[in-house]
Amino acid sequence: MIIDSMLPALVYILIFPGFLFLAAYGLFLQWVDRKLGAVMQNRVGPPWYQPAADFIKLLAKEVIVPDACDTVMFKVLPYFALAAVVTAVLPLPVWTDAVYSFQGDLVVVIYLLTIPTVTFFLAGWSAVSPYAVIGSMRVLTQLFAYEVPMMLSLIGPAILAGTWNINEIAGFFAAHKALMAAQIPALFVALIALQGKLERVPFDIPHAKNEIVGGQFTEYSGRLLGFFYLAVDMEMVVGAALVNAVFLGGTLGASGAAGLAVFLAKTLAIVFLLTLVKVLMGRVRIDQMIRFCWQVLAPLSMAQILFDIFLKFRLQ
Amino acid sequence: MSKITIPLGPQHPALKEPVNFTLVLEGEQISGSAVNLGYNHRGIEKAAEDRTFLQDIYLIERVCGICSHSHTTCYITCVEELAKAEVPERAKAIRTLVGELERVHSHLLWLGIAGYEMGFETLFMYTWRDREQVLDCLELVSGNRVHYGINTIGGVRRDITPGQKAEILKRVAILEERTKYYVKLGTEEATVLARTRNVGLLPHDVALERGAVGPTARASAVKRDVRKDEPYLIYDKLDFNLITHNTNDVFGRLVVRVLELVESYKIIRQVLDYLPEGPIAVKVPAKIAPGEAVNRYEAPRGEDFHYLKSNGTDKPERVKVRAPTMANYPSVSYMLDGGYLADVPMVIAAIDPCMSCTDRAMVYDNKAGKVRVYGWDELRKYGIEHYKKRGVDFTKL
Amino acid sequence: MQKPARALFEVLGHLFKKKATSNYPFEKAVVDARFRGRIAFESDTCIGCKMCVRVCPAKAIEIILSAEQPPAPAPAADGTAPVPVKKKFDCIMSLDRCIYCSQCVDVCPKKSLISTQDFELAHTDRKTLKRHYK
Repeated sequence: MIIDSMLPALVYILIFPGFLFLAAYGLFLQWVDRKLGAVMQNRVGPPWYQPAADFIKLLAKEVIVPDACDTVMFKVLPYFALAAVVTAVLPLPVWTDAVYSFQGDLVVVIYLLTIPTVTFFLAGWSAVSPYAVIGSMRVLTQLFAYEVPMMLSLIGPAILAGTWNINEIAGFFAAHKALMAAQIPALFVALIALQGKLERVPFDIPHAKNEIVGGQFTEYSGRLLGFFYLAVDMEMVVGAALVNAVFLGGTLGASGAAGLAVFLAKTLAIVFLLTLVKVLMGRVRIDQMIRFCWQVLAPLSMAQILFDIFLKFRLQ
Repeated sequence: MSKITIPLGPQHPALKEPVNFTLVLEGEQISGSAVNLGYNHRGIEKAAEDRTFLQDIYLIERVCGICSHSHTTCYITCVEELAKAEVPERAKAIRTLVGELERVHSHLLWLGIAGYEMGFETLFMYTWRDREQVLDCLELVSGNRVHYGINTIGGVRRDITPGQKAEILKRVAILEERTKYYVKLGTEEATVLARTRNVGLLPHDVALERGAVGPTARASAVKRDVRKDEPYLIYDKLDFNLITHNTNDVFGRLVVRVLELVESYKIIRQVLDYLPEGPIAVKVPAKIAPGEAVNRYEAPRGEDFHYLKSNGTDKPERVKVRAPTMANYPSVSYMLDGGYLADVPMVIAAIDPCMSCTDRAMVYDNKAGKVRVYGWDELRKYGIEHYKKRGVDFTKL
Repeated sequence: MQKPARALFEVLGHLFKKKATSNYPFEKAVVDARFRGRIAFESDTCIGCKMCVRVCPAKAIEIILSAEQPPAPAPAADGTAPVPVKKKFDCIMSLDRCIYCSQCVDVCPKKSLISTQDFELAHTDRKTLKRHYK
């Protein structure tokens, strides 16, 4: 009896849409990102198996733990990051409706996605090297810059749909496709903030290699580094899936294989946009980023919320 | 907030060559910095003393890979002055041509590095792709992409054929079009402006006081260019502008370098147009008349300075090189102070540092994070004390 | 005039352009005819003047008498002294020392040293870098 109810849960968490799917698709998206970026820069780019090869290579390498650091924290943190990301995918619609859906799961997903960032901070902080410490301070500073605009941008669609359930928001937009167009400013804010969450150009400040070498991951090596990188790749899938569910109507009402195809196509499109942003810009300074996030992104998403409230009254 | 001291280099992703900057940070802001040179000291000047004048060309060429032609031309002009050799006009024109091609390749390289340091990898990839054009030109003219080896005492080693002339003009046309695009990209792209404007400020009077050279000085509105001040080779016959900018920051240095590229294309066209007929080299005896010579040359990074002393044999008695990067270091520590950690790579890259050029001197600092600059007398005393401790006493000699 | 994403059209245009990367080890790189590569040696014309040895900045060249010399000419039938045969010389070129400046090629009076376009000279065995031209 217990096994009967446990088995699907384990499949969901470990295989689909959990760990295995996320890892495979995350590595694939990393390749898509690198390949697209390379083509845009007139280069050839890596072969399709490169991200997997990098990951396997890191698994095989020696793990060096610095003497001065907090050994337990140092070793445990990558797994925390991975677990948080895997959990965050469960309330998101991937092929049909989400596997675990409840009122308020939007907030839960946002908080689960914050956990990897906090582990990055702790990883750098526990490693004591000056580069890692500066990197982790930057992680935290950056978190305060993009987190608020990101949350505000997600609130708009939720207000319009009148629910805090991601599945219902996706269903709402799948039913009212015209309203999707009204969410473009919030979508823009969410994509830029996602770029900050994933620590990619122009917001790759925490691990800007020309300034502080490896940033928060400077002292990490081998398996532990590999899992951190994997967590970042999986975060990209979850982030793209979240944007897809909240702004673009999830699977658009399709289910099964068709739903999965819609999901893959739309996340690929989102990754294309993220790559474009990465290729088009240089890295900004941390003070410039904070100013941009609070002076441009946050007011923009506030305006979107007001507009959505207004729109909701008009529709009623 | 407590202070953190972080080392930048000698091994660091932002630096292509070994040099150490010790930065004292308060949060993200820099409250103190020290430059520590000497990681790339190879004893080239000493080595030059037991090679012949001809062999020294190839040694001096290896002072630096990027401005190899600048160093050899500067050195060889000293040799020719002592030997009283009349260099043919055609050889001078070819030297000028290679010099300007070298400036183009060095400035394009810098633009790519600047893009890389600000995390704008697309700019890096594009400029380095286009740099291939000028490297191909150099291979065409001289037979090699980096160490051209085109200079020889009394002239140049290789002539330019009409076919090569056409090929160079074709490639320069491509480059000019691309450079115009980079001028637009560099002056309009928001992130580039955000990372370069008001970064690494070097006011006009500080630039003069600290003896900045090259594009670093010209971006602080210092009208200083050896090509104009004291024309060498055939620069007095050429029509080009001295580019300056008055923003005093990294943005100004970027603009100066990119506009100098356009001027270089102009010069290359004029030189190829001018190219007089005649021999490309004269014979110079292996033994050079005794005497001293000093020469200046406008390398891509600024004023290059060579001193040569001959004692009448076929080997020089003393060769001294003062590379432009050395002249720009005092400005770097001024520019770093009070800035952000994030801007450090940009500021350092903005003088286009070349450690292998520079590492012939030592700057001493002590462990406490304070810099101690030794005066000549102190340095002399320090040296005597140091050797006394090791049991060598020079005072008795 | 700030323009965010100024390179947008340039970047999108590159999606449809030919890539600039040269697939080097799999595609042969073409160098110019003037390229200064490995120095080749012609024993037949060498007169052993050792100008190249004297001029080499890297001390990479050694010119030695060959182990096998052409047989001494038979005395002429009419009793006059025989015309001496040109001695044969070998060249030992240390490719690990050579800086490929081609100064030896310029200085050789008999054009016995030739600059080739051969540049793929890297090797894991140091001994193979010492080429003995006969």
